[in-house]
Amino acid sequence: MTAPTTTHLGELLRRLTGDEKHAPSAHSTLDVLWVLYDRVLRVSPDRVDDPDRDRFLLSKGHGPAAYYAVLAAKGFLPEEWLDDLAGPDSRLGHHPDRLLVPGVEIGSGSLGHGLGLGVGTALGLRAQGLSTPRVYVMTGDAELDEGSNHEAIAYAGATGLGSLTAVVIDNRSSTHGWPGGIAGRFHGWTASTVDGRDHDAIESALRAHTGAAPHVVVAEVETKE
Amino acid sequence: MRDTFVNAATALLDDDPRTAVVLADISATAFEPAARLHPDRVINVGIREQLMLGVAGGLALTGLRPIVHSYATFVVDRAYEQIKLDLDHQGVGAVLVSVGASYDGSTAGRTHMSPGDVALFDTLGNWTVHVPGHAGEVGPLLTAAAAHDENVYIRLSTQRNAAARPAAGLQTVRRGGRAAVVAVGPMLDTALAATEGLDVTVAYTNTPRPFDSKGLRALGHADVVLVEPYLAGTSSAVVSDALRDVPHRLLSLGVGRTDLHRYGSPKDHARWHGLDAAGVRESISAFLG
Repeated sequence: MTAPTTTHLGELLRRLTGDEKHAPSAHSTLDVLWVLYDRVLRVSPDRVDDPDRDRFLLSKGHGPAAYYAVLAAKGFLPEEWLDDLAGPDSRLGHHPDRLLVPGVEIGSGSLGHGLGLGVGTALGLRAQGLSTPRVYVMTGDAELDEGSNHEAIAYAGATGLGSLTAVVIDNRSSTHGWPGGIAGRFHGWTASTVDGRDHDAIESALRAHTGAAPHVVVAEVETKE
Repeated sequence: MRDTFVNAATALLDDDPRTAVVLADISATAFEPAARLHPDRVINVGIREQLMLGVAGGLALTGLRPIVHSYATFVVDRAYEQIKLDLDHQGVGAVLVSVGASYDGSTAGRTHMSPGDVALFDTLGNWTVHVPGHAGEVGPLLTAAAAHDENVYIRLSTQRNAAARPAAGLQTVRRGGRAAVVAVGPMLDTALAATEGLDVTVAYTNTPRPFDSKGLRALGHADVVLVEPYLAGTSSAVVSDALRDVPHRLLSLGVGRTDLHRYGSPKDHARWHGLDAAGVRESISAFLG
């Protein structure tokens, strides 16, 4: 992240949260989201309805400040929207709603829905012969405790759903933890585990996806306070 | 009805590239010929009902028209939050088709019964609910549902009437003076037998949602009896609303809430819930006084 961008994202986050104390790095998803939108995803504000676009599904819908800030920085939504979080006329709430925010692919908040929707999206694109778009789903390590994720992980692995990428933000917030590591639970997937603050490493891990199998990127960040 | 459904859905897969069938092992064998022809649009996720609905939501987000099928208890009760969030909240639609709802699977016990399925859809907005009373009603209902993008639930049953009545809306089957008996889906023949010789109107619908309020008002009765094949009282709110400015009395017959912890046949359960002809007649006679 270049210095001006860091500053700008910091400003956007402050507008959104009113939080002067915490640095942007307090947001566990921020760096991965930035790398996705800045370097990887084939999406832009003028093609939010393009069937051939990449899909990014934020399954970890709680604490979406970093997501809104990145979407604003990339021009998907007006920066003014950041000044009214979850007000009566606000389009930005504490969980995102796809019907209210341009560029948001799914409404989320209740944990464990994004991977299933992502599997369906990947299958739907394939059934229509759309072979270019990739589908990215971001979850958290605690979110993976929800059993619905394992239905999706097992199915995608068994059927080799190669257009699907899961990005797990690991801040070790799962109550009982993931002995043996998170990547080890993704049978039939290729996996990369990286420093979730290192932009080049995040990009390499995302691009390590061969397309022959689904791919998981485990992005490790600071342990949740 | 299930065979008719499989044939109709297979024809839709052949004719309309927008349609896709999503399964969780149930009926997967019946869809094998269709799966060979349309491997990308017949999707069996295995015994994973949350994923079945999540996949349906994802398919719909890409513009396809998913037809999702399993036992009612699995496709509705078990996956209720996915129905609420992966379809409704995303603003996308699917056609959900169940079998074995109330007590069709009585020998399998309570774990395979779902008398509350239609009531669950009443907690959500804008679902169309079809409860066909005969296999001849299934194909047209499914084909019509596949042609748009709204949310539709089709509840198939092994209980059925002798004749198909495919028309939509409330149909008057018999005319009488003292009350309107509204039979939903496969309850019609029971309602007709139960009211033999009684001076009542008997009307039929295979589409309880949206309920044909106008049709009910047009019958002109202040006394109404609902005979429904699912949870008793499921439609009492819509009937009360339909007659909100008319003094009226309402008797709501249907499946009771108690888990009987009994097996036996669907006929046995109908009797235990007062939904056989003798039980329905007794309830209606007491209501008419």
